[in-house]
Amino acid sequence: MENSLDPVPSLLEVRGISKSFGAVRALQEVDFTLRAGEIHALLGENGAGKSTLIKVITGVFPRDAGIVRLGGAEVAPRSAKAALQAGIATVYQEVNLLPNLSVAQNLFLDRQPMRFGIVREAEMRRRAKTLLAGFGLDIDVAAPLGSYSVAVQHVTAIARAVDLSARVLILDEPTASLDRHEVEILFNIMRQLAGRGIGIVFVSHFLDQVYEISDRITVLRNGRLVGERETASLPRLELIRMMLGRELAETTSARAATREHQAREVCASFENYGKAGYVAPFDLELRHGEVVGLAGLLGSGRTETARLVFGAERADRGQARVEGASVRLHTPRDGVRHGFGYCPEERKTDGIVADLTVRENIVLALQAKRGLHRPLSRREQDEIARRYVKMLDIRPADPERPVGLLSGGNQQKVLLARWLATSPRLLVLDEPTRGIDVGAHAEIIRLIRDLCDDGLALLVISSELDEIVTYSDRVVVLRDRAHVDELTGEAIDVTNILAAIAADGAAAVAHEGRA
Amino acid sequence: MTALLPRRGLAQILALIVILAVDRVVSPQFFDLRLQDGRLFGSLIDVLNRGTPVALLSLGMVLVIATRGIDLSVGAVMAISGAIAASLADSHGLAVVLAAALGAGLLCGLWNGFLVSVLGMQPIVATLILMVAGRGIAQLITEGRIVTFTSPDLVWLGNGAVLGLPVPVAIALGMLILTGAVVRGSALGLLIEATGGNARASELAGVGTRAMILAVYVWCGVCAALAGVIAAADIMGADANNAGLWLELDAILAVVIGGTSLFGGRFSLILAVLGALIIQTMNTGILLSGYPPEFNLLVKAVVVLAVLLLQSPKLPGLAGIAARLRRAKA
Amino acid sequence: MKGLPPVLITAIVLVAGFALCAVQFPNIASTRVVGNLLTDNAFLGIVATGMTFVIISGGIDLSVGSVIGFTTVFVALAIERWGVPPLVAFVAVLALSAAFGAAMGAVIHVFDLPPFIVTLAGMFLARGASFLLSTESVPITAPVYSTVSDFALRLPGGGRLTAIAIIMLLIVIGGALLLHLTRFGANVYALGGSRATASLMGVAVGKMTVKIYMLSSFLAGIAGIVFSFYTSAGYSLSAVGVELDTIAAVVIGGTLLTGGQGSVIGTFLGVLIQGLIQTYINFDGTLSSWWTKIATGVLLFAFIALQQALVAVARRPVARSAGAAS
Repeated sequence: MENSLDPVPSLLEVRGISKSFGAVRALQEVDFTLRAGEIHALLGENGAGKSTLIKVITGVFPRDAGIVRLGGAEVAPRSAKAALQAGIATVYQEVNLLPNLSVAQNLFLDRQPMRFGIVREAEMRRRAKTLLAGFGLDIDVAAPLGSYSVAVQHVTAIARAVDLSARVLILDEPTASLDRHEVEILFNIMRQLAGRGIGIVFVSHFLDQVYEISDRITVLRNGRLVGERETASLPRLELIRMMLGRELAETTSARAATREHQAREVCASFENYGKAGYVAPFDLELRHGEVVGLAGLLGSGRTETARLVFGAERADRGQARVEGASVRLHTPRDGVRHGFGYCPEERKTDGIVADLTVRENIVLALQAKRGLHRPLSRREQDEIARRYVKMLDIRPADPERPVGLLSGGNQQKVLLARWLATSPRLLVLDEPTRGIDVGAHAEIIRLIRDLCDDGLALLVISSELDEIVTYSDRVVVLRDRAHVDELTGEAIDVTNILAAIAADGAAAVAHEGRA
Repeated sequence: MTALLPRRGLAQILALIVILAVDRVVSPQFFDLRLQDGRLFGSLIDVLNRGTPVALLSLGMVLVIATRGIDLSVGAVMAISGAIAASLADSHGLAVVLAAALGAGLLCGLWNGFLVSVLGMQPIVATLILMVAGRGIAQLITEGRIVTFTSPDLVWLGNGAVLGLPVPVAIALGMLILTGAVVRGSALGLLIEATGGNARASELAGVGTRAMILAVYVWCGVCAALAGVIAAADIMGADANNAGLWLELDAILAVVIGGTSLFGGRFSLILAVLGALIIQTMNTGILLSGYPPEFNLLVKAVVVLAVLLLQSPKLPGLAGIAARLRRAKA
Repeated sequence: MKGLPPVLITAIVLVAGFALCAVQFPNIASTRVVGNLLTDNAFLGIVATGMTFVIISGGIDLSVGSVIGFTTVFVALAIERWGVPPLVAFVAVLALSAAFGAAMGAVIHVFDLPPFIVTLAGMFLARGASFLLSTESVPITAPVYSTVSDFALRLPGGGRLTAIAIIMLLIVIGGALLLHLTRFGANVYALGGSRATASLMGVAVGKMTVKIYMLSSFLAGIAGIVFSFYTSAGYSLSAVGVELDTIAAVVIGGTLLTGGQGSVIGTFLGVLIQGLIQTYINFDGTLSSWWTKIATGVLLFAFIALQQALVAVARRPVARSAGAAS
């Protein structure tokens, strides 16, 4: 019935997919349609639900609701292997092949040509050679895959998938570590495969590439479908708005009255600070009692800036100052010593120590700062934990519970507490509201404001532009791993930020020329 | 202090009681104690005395395992320190002997820690090197002979008595208290558990994870060296071939029985020592029951399998029930 | 960028070492010494071949020494006490050891436990079982033993290629063929690369794990039989610590202890290097046997450090191209 409205037959139809992880709703009734022979970009910020959607389609995660149809027939693969057999292949950014095996073995693992129980090595290599030649690749297929560039590895993975008669090819950030020439090669292959009727899902945060290669675009945000458009008729500003903005209505921000920030004292400053191949040199001043928002698309250099500022990554140029004195920020310990705190985006892998209790997680940074020989007594620990559990309303209010058992929002609060306990002068928060339910979301934002009023300097990254507008005194906009604009005062609104992110042409070209 | 003896020790204590009861059945005199020449004698004291080397090893091993590591070289380190102690015993004072032997253990620990924390080698790979070479080094020191000594000081260390307890037992007790005081009295315990639980996150919280890892291997080396000295003092000689042979496996087993996960994180010193005692109580029981001592290995194998299966992530059964009970109590 | 493959380095070390030894003791360069070297290390070569499969697949097998010990006792008792024909005893013990390995592999896979600790339990179990059988050394007097011991191919120069050396060479060749030419072999490497990815690419990871440990224990069983030929006795304490020599031979042979890379030929060369050190020490007369362990440890460190460096180098280009993309 739906199909009758659609002149082009759909290859892959996803209808009403929902998926929750505990209290967090990762996907809510998402629809997605892929036609045969099209290249369809799937876009959204981190946490928008792209990878969850892919994993639900390919059976890595079981789904809570919804159906998936492939070529009109309903499919419900229960593993990535089963999805592959059904004809849905995924190539991830970190190529899921075996770098220690030869290219040929990778292409034909478990289906090598055999004779008398012996792998026909020469025949396998010949076939591998022919297969890759079809993708414009002429390499020594006997060499280990790991000795080749990521581009070759991607092409090999794609070749394997196609040779296994995949009808749907999902490419998850395939271009993230390719150079321009390699991207061209990959795009040619994608076009060629689309020409053969294969449907390609292209996940990428490089909008230029999306415009260059895709036929249609589907945007997800916060686990919901925002829309599906023809690429050719979708202006870039509109696309970014779909990804970042809440409503099209020009909400000129419900933020508190602009405060005079120039008078405030500088807490930390960075001059010409940067690292080659990581983020271009930038100037940044962070003042007491001021929130600086970092806005930009995924991969624009937001997290990279945060890590340099904290000392999690070592800058190779520029000068950092704290309260006017020049300092060295080479390791997280340096950052902690100078009164910095950093709540990373990946809470589970980089933030919490899941097995330890709420109390132990809260006192961890303070204890590390004090050093081994000045342990916090159990009473002091209890005191600190109780204070912050109460102050941040961490639930359940049991400091002895392993933090891994708490919800995402409460884990985030524990991380905040960890840094607040060190009485920091600067807090760097990377996506502090990601993956957190609505109630906790509002609380965290209120907290950010409160902390700022207490004189803390804050550097906050968020993909939610509304959110950034709400609490920021200044907004630094990033694009292509460089700081490209800074908005202050009345200029801070969603429209201006979007414009700065989307601004094409001169600035971007100038930057590329330099690189 | 609850930090020293977590609530989860119940299973280990029960296991020990059951094994003790079985021992009592096979040997009615098992619980008999008598005082003679100012020293207690009896099967229980015997268990403690013989369990000392593994208990000492497990004190170091448990910290290493808490950081997601493993130290295969402790048996070889025992051989080295025992060889040094025996070679010096009759020509130097006890202080020099101890300093040299423990210093050697410290160096061995530094070497292992350097390979793991600075060069980033896998612990099992890194410590394998010393496991292989260490015994050769010990034989080099003893020149392949069994070096005997008569130094009364060192002999006392293995066979004397303090307050009625055999000296090795007193030393092990002292080391347990010392390690407990250092680890739980300073912030070391918390930082080690954090490092083992999530090294990346701990690093970002400002914890010097590399220093932690280096420190636990050094401590493990020192504990192994002390165990080696005691083993040598016990037999009044150093046998580089057999001293501490396979004890690294017993030490790992003790830690695992003590409930510390091989995947790092939470650890308990007391339970690791309890694990060592459980192993020794079984050994002694088998001995008393008239089976050949070699029968131990079979029992050990069964225990390893049982403990592993209980801890297996794929078998949530018992662990889940225990957790629920604990929650219900809380 | 890739430099020398580790197995070539092993070969160079062996040849250079052999040349050095031969310069000092010209007698070493004789077929007699080489023949003895092969005979003395026959059981090690066999068990190391199995260990190579295990380590390349990302595992480790600590039970092999105990399995050898068990095999010698079982074979000796079966032939001498129970009156079983030797061939039947061999088949029975090989079936037992293969089943034992399969069980360890199954436990590792099904319960997702570290191979290190599972095979440690296996080590205790097999050693304990052999103690249960007998704690004394049981001499084997069956005629087939003297026949096999007496059999040898004459080599030019007076050397003897004994039956057990021939068995070892055949198994090394067979192992190399199995590892490098069959689908099974390719899957072993795949498992060592990444179990998860291998599974995704269609490899039956569980079955492979069972088969790999089965192979290792089976070869340990053969090594045990060979060992009983070598000593003409069964003793429950035989081959104590052989697992360490075996692992060392595999690593010195250029196999990555973390899995994914290696070769049976390299392992064979690693066994020969250990044998050469032993031979040199025997010739020297003043050096003592502990130098074997120290030399092995030094070589072990050198190869592990080398591999660490190679892995670090191999990772670098990826990082570079990632940087260039921005």
